[in-house]
Amino acid sequence: MTGGKFWKRIKRSRQLHWIILLPMAFIVFFNFVPMPGIALAWKRYIATKGIYGSPSVGWDNFKALFSYPMFWPAFWNTLSIACLKLAIGFPVPILTALLLNEVGSKAFKKTAQTLMYLPYFLSWVVLGGIIMSLFSLDGGINSLLQAVGFPPVFWLGKAGWFIFMLVFTEIWKNFGYGTIIYLAALTGIDKNLYEAAAIDGAGRWKQTLHITVPGVLPIAALMGILNLGTVLNAGFEQIFILNNALVAERATIIDTLVYDVTFADRNYGMATAMNLFKSVISFALILSGWFLANRYSDYRVF
Amino acid sequence: MARKISKGRIAFQIVNYALLGALALSCFLPVVHMLAVSLSDKIYAEPKLVGLIPKGFTLGAYRTLFAGRTFSHALLVSVIRTLAGTAANVVLTVLLAYPLSKNSREFPFRAVYMTLCLIVMVFNAGLVPNYLFLNGLGLFDTVWVLILPGAAPVFSAVLMMNFMRALPKDIEEAAMIDGAGYFRMLAAVVAPLSLPSIATVSLFAFVGHWNSWFDGLLYNRSMDHYPLQTYLQVVLTARAPSNIDSAATQVGQNLKAAQIFIAMVPLLLVYPFAQRFFVTGITMGSVKG
Repeated sequence: MTGGKFWKRIKRSRQLHWIILLPMAFIVFFNFVPMPGIALAWKRYIATKGIYGSPSVGWDNFKALFSYPMFWPAFWNTLSIACLKLAIGFPVPILTALLLNEVGSKAFKKTAQTLMYLPYFLSWVVLGGIIMSLFSLDGGINSLLQAVGFPPVFWLGKAGWFIFMLVFTEIWKNFGYGTIIYLAALTGIDKNLYEAAAIDGAGRWKQTLHITVPGVLPIAALMGILNLGTVLNAGFEQIFILNNALVAERATIIDTLVYDVTFADRNYGMATAMNLFKSVISFALILSGWFLANRYSDYRVF
Repeated sequence: MARKISKGRIAFQIVNYALLGALALSCFLPVVHMLAVSLSDKIYAEPKLVGLIPKGFTLGAYRTLFAGRTFSHALLVSVIRTLAGTAANVVLTVLLAYPLSKNSREFPFRAVYMTLCLIVMVFNAGLVPNYLFLNGLGLFDTVWVLILPGAAPVFSAVLMMNFMRALPKDIEEAAMIDGAGYFRMLAAVVAPLSLPSIATVSLFAFVGHWNSWFDGLLYNRSMDHYPLQTYLQVVLTARAPSNIDSAATQVGQNLKAAQIFIAMVPLLLVYPFAQRFFVTGITMGSVKG
């Protein structure tokens, strides 16, 4: 290609560059300009000197981080809570979609589906408020339990129950949304397949097993792969709101620890180091997820 | 085709309806419960005696809320940030998505722009650098800090880009031959055709802005500038930052419930319409055929 042609192309696309200028300006200014601030991970922050004037401390922040008593517990809490949520949460929307698909009544199906994704739209603040009210020691759930003769449960104050609540409420918030995705995939399955199978004598169960399940499998696999990038996201907003002193040891995750180290300890250097540690691992995982998705399905991010 | 329905099938259907019904109710009844508590008299609400129907019906909680300045002001901040923020998000998403929907032959340097967008999707500076950066700009304690940093949502733009790519090419080519430039093309042809995608993105933006609370907590020094969700978070968790009067968090059950319910209202209004948009939003993004 000659230089002249290239300039002609640039000239012809001039307006496209003008169009993208404003959004790109926002993206660069608010995302890339603060990025060199990551240098704080190798500095001791002094407010009067600013980020770039503060003295360097080499790898001290990282050394301090790895010997910080709460760091490794928080790291393992993050991994275990996130993996529990992914593992238990993954099949729920698939099963719900399969069950909804068996419902004959259109009105019931539509109503149930609409109600199910209501929590998805509510913030963790609102849901946290509802959960704290219903699951407190004297809350509605315990009243129901006592009415049928069970002892009350300290849902949000016992570490084991607390983890259960984290997993349970996360799934409860999101399963309706996932169900929509899988239902969309189910409606895409060719109806002729079912008729052909019925003629061949396949019952409902066989049809589900051999037509419906393979029909949603590609999307399920894609969702699973893309979840890879989230194994260090245990759910900051949820845990930040529901966390309390009684369960903190088991419920503190990297993200909440970063917040505490920043605003309680005011140790900006170590907080930045911790954030960076997490970002680098997450970054690698997200890229692997995209790579796998690209490779094994027709999913394309860009 | 008339077919005998087996006993097993009937049993399955009964269990299936019951199970799905219970799941659906579990998502809905807590909202009814909150509404009931908010409309109940203190003497029933405080010992948590209210189920799904208000006891000792009163609008007192709502009256108290709107009599005080703090709550109304937080509500106002939320309304402003949601309207302005959604508008900014939608405009910038369209402006970002349209050029990116062109291939690199037609749009040289597309790869550069796209790479910048992808970096933003997977990596950010982190809590402290962002905090210090926005503080340095003097944006703290203003509504701008809730709108500007996330004004150009990259993820939404990628969704919309995929939608625009799938539009029939010949309409644009016809307009091109008539001498229309890209500005005209976007305004007169592509944007109107992309309305379903614009609706999806608006919905994402609306819900995102209304529900957002952590930015309000980080970037405000005083409670006076909190949006509703941030204010509510402080009230509900009773973990007010040290610089904030903890008396604000000492409120009764019915008052809490009323605040939770008001924070839900805009979402309850939009969400029944959401499903259609969400399906298009999702299918155009990830499940491209």
